[in-house]
Amino acid sequence: MSGPLHVVESWGRFPRVEAADVQSPQWSSDLGSQLQSESVLAYGCGRSYGDVCLNEGGRIVHTRHLNRFLSFHPSTGILRAESGVTLEDVLNLVVPYGWFLPVTPGTRYVSLGGAVANDIHGKNHHVAGTFGCHVRALELVRSDGSRQVCTVSDHPDLFAATIGGLGLTGIISWVEFQLVRIASVFVQEVQERVDTLDDLIDTTVSAEQQSEYVVSWFDVTVGGSHSGRGLVLRGDFVKEEDGSLQQHVLPKPRLSIPREAPSWLLSRPTIRMFNEVWYRRSFRRIVRKRRHYVPFFYPLDTIARWNLLYGRRGMLQYQCVVPFDGGREALREIIGILNKKGVSSFLAVVKTFGNVRSPGMLSFPRPGLTLTLDMPNIGLPLLTALNECDRVVREVRGRVYPAKDARMSSEMFLETYPEAQHFVSFIDPHCSSSFWRRVWKP
Amino acid sequence: METMTSLSSQQPSADANEHQTNAQQRGIVILGATSSIAMAIARLCCQPGSRFVLVGRSEENVSAVARDLLVRGATSCDVIVADLRAREQYDDIVQRSREILVSIDLVLIAHGVLPNQYEIDRDVRATTETFLVNGLSAITLAQMFCIDLADHGGGSLVVLSSVAGDRGRRSIYAYGAAKAALTQFASGLRAAWAQHNVHVMTVKPGPVDTPMTHGKKMPFKTTPEVVAKAVLRGLQRKSSTIYVPKKWRAIMWIVRHIPERIFMKLPF
Repeated sequence: MSGPLHVVESWGRFPRVEAADVQSPQWSSDLGSQLQSESVLAYGCGRSYGDVCLNEGGRIVHTRHLNRFLSFHPSTGILRAESGVTLEDVLNLVVPYGWFLPVTPGTRYVSLGGAVANDIHGKNHHVAGTFGCHVRALELVRSDGSRQVCTVSDHPDLFAATIGGLGLTGIISWVEFQLVRIASVFVQEVQERVDTLDDLIDTTVSAEQQSEYVVSWFDVTVGGSHSGRGLVLRGDFVKEEDGSLQQHVLPKPRLSIPREAPSWLLSRPTIRMFNEVWYRRSFRRIVRKRRHYVPFFYPLDTIARWNLLYGRRGMLQYQCVVPFDGGREALREIIGILNKKGVSSFLAVVKTFGNVRSPGMLSFPRPGLTLTLDMPNIGLPLLTALNECDRVVREVRGRVYPAKDARMSSEMFLETYPEAQHFVSFIDPHCSSSFWRRVWKP
Repeated sequence: METMTSLSSQQPSADANEHQTNAQQRGIVILGATSSIAMAIARLCCQPGSRFVLVGRSEENVSAVARDLLVRGATSCDVIVADLRAREQYDDIVQRSREILVSIDLVLIAHGVLPNQYEIDRDVRATTETFLVNGLSAITLAQMFCIDLADHGGGSLVVLSSVAGDRGRRSIYAYGAAKAALTQFASGLRAAWAQHNVHVMTVKPGPVDTPMTHGKKMPFKTTPEVVAKAVLRGLQRKSSTIYVPKKWRAIMWIVRHIPERIFMKLPF
């Protein structure tokens, strides 16, 4: 059943590597035999950005056919499903019963396996923690032929290693997690415009005391006194039942990018223009709106394959977390570095991570400020700029998110993820990834 | 039949289904329930009131499909484990399905295998086997269920054929010949039983992205979900033969009209 050499992409479409073979088993019972290859990595929706989902020269086990539900209890909100089930599939099933994802990222096209392996977070991290905090159990298929159901009490170490374990501890066959109650599909949203970075962070912190979902966007392309101008977005699900749950239908993407755009499309001038328009999209400083949860959580899902807009060279994401203490200065320094090097980013996103601890051993979030940047891959200037950013992050004892990384140095990883020393003992001997081979050089 | 498991007692979503009031009883039999296209069709048919009999070879896998359908809102799913190459079990399958569902609205014949033609070019046994599963067994079951539906007031019979059955091609003729037989048989069946209120619909998908076609290079691959939607639309409209996607009707018309001397030389 081995297929030809296959290009499997991550969402950033950088780096481009070829796997030796790509398998897509239909049944969870096939997973054991899939692991009988030297270097194997499970692949869900390919929505991580760098190379955590890639396995150059090795085997990729695509989980898209493992998309069956195992059980759902509408009275308790406990769902168990195979690892290839996407968040969209989950929403389609559970929203009409008045349940919602405990944690959701900015796209619903993410597999449950990927959500666990990257221990993803969302706009509610300050109150809910990561996705892994809501996982009750998971089954792990290992290359020794075993299938282990891991929970906080059964195989707790393997459970902790698998959450945020970047798919290296085996293949996750199913995940059981706890949903949260909602009364309506609508979100009461408040959008506030701010003019400086300090303002942005202060407003974000105070918004997080009032609202469940908070995220802030700012314009990194503007320097000087306007540096850090942006919008703070917060929202809460409407608390009153309005009968909207029963009419729940998830929209399909309205637009699809058919092919790679030319590289100039998203370059410094066009990004500046976009950011300007975004910032000025409303005349009023504060805008209150009642919106469906889809545009609130998943604005980019309306455009299928938007990553092609970045053209052939692809894009890089950079997400770091820095502690509250010294974090502002670090962020300011990072913005300074990017502007000096002429690197521009779409929608720089700031949020705070709260104190809710994830069970995940290698989980990225820790209390502090987190900054996310989306940058066209312009090559060397970008890479040197990001290396300088790494230096700043390291100095304040912060770190970078593996799920979005394509270039961090091995030293950077080993220093900022000391847990990795303990984590390696849980790696399945037949599992590996391009990311791991890049950073694990002890 | 090796075992039979009724999962209806474990149904997790029964209590919360009550808010959907338009519950209407629907009995559905699926032969080859573990095929990707069958699963996609079954999911679209899942609503409170849908009751399934799922027939497949692997108990573990058919049960996985059954659990999935129950979570997605089916009222009941019964599993019949059977190897559809074994003719002796057919009577039992028809009878048991009728006993379980009492009223059957839809029968879907979806089982099949797709061997690599180049590997079986010299393998006579494998060729016969391909014909048995995709052709003879499908034809026999189609006829048996047709009679059963007619005897109980009618219903719909959906036969999954393929564009490969439209002309014997170098790369897929063993499979194609079986599907051709099935297509022709279904066409006659449709005419013969229409007056008994049985609607026979032939579905001819182009290549579909399923584990069956994994690693095989094929043009215009579509997805099981697209086929499933087309099947439901076809059922509503009482279509006779549907191609999915529709462009295959035109493509296959051309393919059928290429002179044999030229056709022989074509690589597909």
